[in-house]
Amino acid sequence: MNKDEFILKAEAIYKSYLMGVTEVKVLEGVDFSVDKGEFVAIVGASGSGKSTLLHILGALDKPDKGVVAFAGRDLSRYSGGELNRFRNKMVGFVFQFYHLLDELSVLENVYLPTMVSRGVFGWLECRGRARRRARELLEQLGLAERANHKPYQLSGGERQRVAIGRALMNEPNILLADEPTGNLDSATGNGILEVFEKLNRAGQTIVMVSHNERVAQRAGRIVILADGKIRRA
Amino acid sequence: MYKIVLAVRYLVRRPITYFAVLAVALCVFIVVVVMTVMTGLVTEFKQKNHKFVGDCVVGTESLVGFAYYEDFMKELLAEDVIEGVSAVIKSYALVSPVGTERNIGVEIMGIDPVDQTKVTGFGETLYHHEGDVSRAFEPVYEPNLGGCVIGIDLVLSRDSKGRYSYDSGPAGIGLAISCFPLTAKGALAKAGAGLVNTKTFYYSDNSHSGLARVDSSMIYLPFEEAQLLCGMGGSVKRASAIHIKFKPDVKLKAGCERVASLLSSYKQKKAGEAQAVLLEKVSVQSWKEYRRTFIAAMEKEQTMMTAMFALVGITTVFIVFVVFYMIISHKSKDIGILKSIGASNANIIQLFLFFAFLVGLLGSAIGVLGGWRFLVHINGIEDWFFEHFKFQLWDRTIYAIGDIPNAVDLKVLVIIILSAIGASLAGALLPSWQAAKREPVEILQVSQL
Repeated sequence: MNKDEFILKAEAIYKSYLMGVTEVKVLEGVDFSVDKGEFVAIVGASGSGKSTLLHILGALDKPDKGVVAFAGRDLSRYSGGELNRFRNKMVGFVFQFYHLLDELSVLENVYLPTMVSRGVFGWLECRGRARRRARELLEQLGLAERANHKPYQLSGGERQRVAIGRALMNEPNILLADEPTGNLDSATGNGILEVFEKLNRAGQTIVMVSHNERVAQRAGRIVILADGKIRRA
Repeated sequence: MYKIVLAVRYLVRRPITYFAVLAVALCVFIVVVVMTVMTGLVTEFKQKNHKFVGDCVVGTESLVGFAYYEDFMKELLAEDVIEGVSAVIKSYALVSPVGTERNIGVEIMGIDPVDQTKVTGFGETLYHHEGDVSRAFEPVYEPNLGGCVIGIDLVLSRDSKGRYSYDSGPAGIGLAISCFPLTAKGALAKAGAGLVNTKTFYYSDNSHSGLARVDSSMIYLPFEEAQLLCGMGGSVKRASAIHIKFKPDVKLKAGCERVASLLSSYKQKKAGEAQAVLLEKVSVQSWKEYRRTFIAAMEKEQTMMTAMFALVGITTVFIVFVVFYMIISHKSKDIGILKSIGASNANIIQLFLFFAFLVGLLGSAIGVLGGWRFLVHINGIEDWFFEHFKFQLWDRTIYAIGDIPNAVDLKVLVIIILSAIGASLAGALLPSWQAAKREPVEILQVSQL
């Protein structure tokens, strides 16, 4: 895909969940688009559907109704294999709770997406390059000394930076961050936001979800999600 | 590659997997030990039967026997597939130790010891004449007396460890052996004249074939003497069977078919003879068919044992299933993470199946090594139990078993290992499939953590 043509666009997205016998409508006709190189923050109260929207944008979830198009192509038309490749190469996820694999070292967690995309022989062939790339990312994120540590040996901020490194490993078109500072203290959270700003200045497209408007202020554009619909900031 | 790395790490770093490995190891250990002993017993039993009979038997169940066996033996010996033949008389007799009023019913087998040794393992079963079977029927204490070889359990008893109390030479026991001689038509040959032929033979040796029934009921006599006792002598001599040994490179089935073809031609050739009718009931059987009644019982026991241990395999599947269910529930976050970075459902299933494969492989390796070590020392262990607790797996005073068979069969071992790995994979399949089915968002939501 030509990255210059990149655009992620969601049109008339509906999503509801069943809580017992009650249907909870979370998204009720959301229209949203991201241009290449943008840093967009989606803010809203807890339970407003921010994370649901982010998951739908990243193909981790499916809308009940509506279209999500990546580079002009409807994600619902992607085959299973294409969706896996989309999650592996086109988007990088950063979660509030880091979600690192405890059995792997910091370095292995970072290059895991490259391992996932390759078979045994493919991995053996590109292993050196992948390790170099992972080390470079860790260096940029200030974690070079922590490469061989296990996630449980790191602080919350360090773990989130490892998660960012993993999300960037395959040079995705878009970085999707779900409350990336939600589990961190103010200073550490600020450090993570500085990383995002730096990445965005380098051209990385970022969509961040946060319930904190001060955090959202760091983005180039803020979108407010309320009552299942988008309200511009 | 990440599947291999993660599977190995899960195996090493998750103590709960040790239970799965232990369960597989224990099952493999039990199956290896029991199947080795059982297979060993069956194999040994078959070998003993083979040695007792030779490769092939031409004969009849009738106590009358069949005529013209000598000419047929000549024809058989002229065949290039046949190494040796031995004519045999088989019948039943009453035996009474000389000077006593006691008598017991036994089976008698009239043989030429040299011919019989060429065809069967008879020579190896003797104790006093093992090196010189031609003198098997010569009592060492009086070679001129007519001798007989007695099934070992008829003359010697065994101690609790299964050892016979051999003497330096056979005791001078005389046995009056009485048979009911039959005519070629099956009538009593001595009707109105005492009915029986009786002759006294002297204990010259004992025979230990390792077949309990044979050793406890068989008395071997010189062929001609047995023929006379049974009324099979005279102008047209008869025999009960011809035992045959094929040349080493001859396949059993092919050899038997050749003999059957020869017998068919021979029957036609003798069709006009006076006692040709006796040849009609003569058949050709391989040693396996001839001893089928005995071997089948043992094989049935083995089949039942195998079926019982298939249940052990099902238990293994269940244990692995439970352990994997717990492991996979515990690792659901990992599954969500992997799917969020592009792992497919098949990748998730492969990851956990490879993990199960490692559990099966490691469990099998431990079980096989443990089983092998145990089998190497099984007889020593049994001796120790007997010395300290008077416990024996098989009472040697009852069962014709020497040492417990402990030769591990590589083929059986491979089957057990593959089955254990298969059981592990089967146990892990459902939890893996269920885990793979889950949507990443369903796992990674905060409320799910």
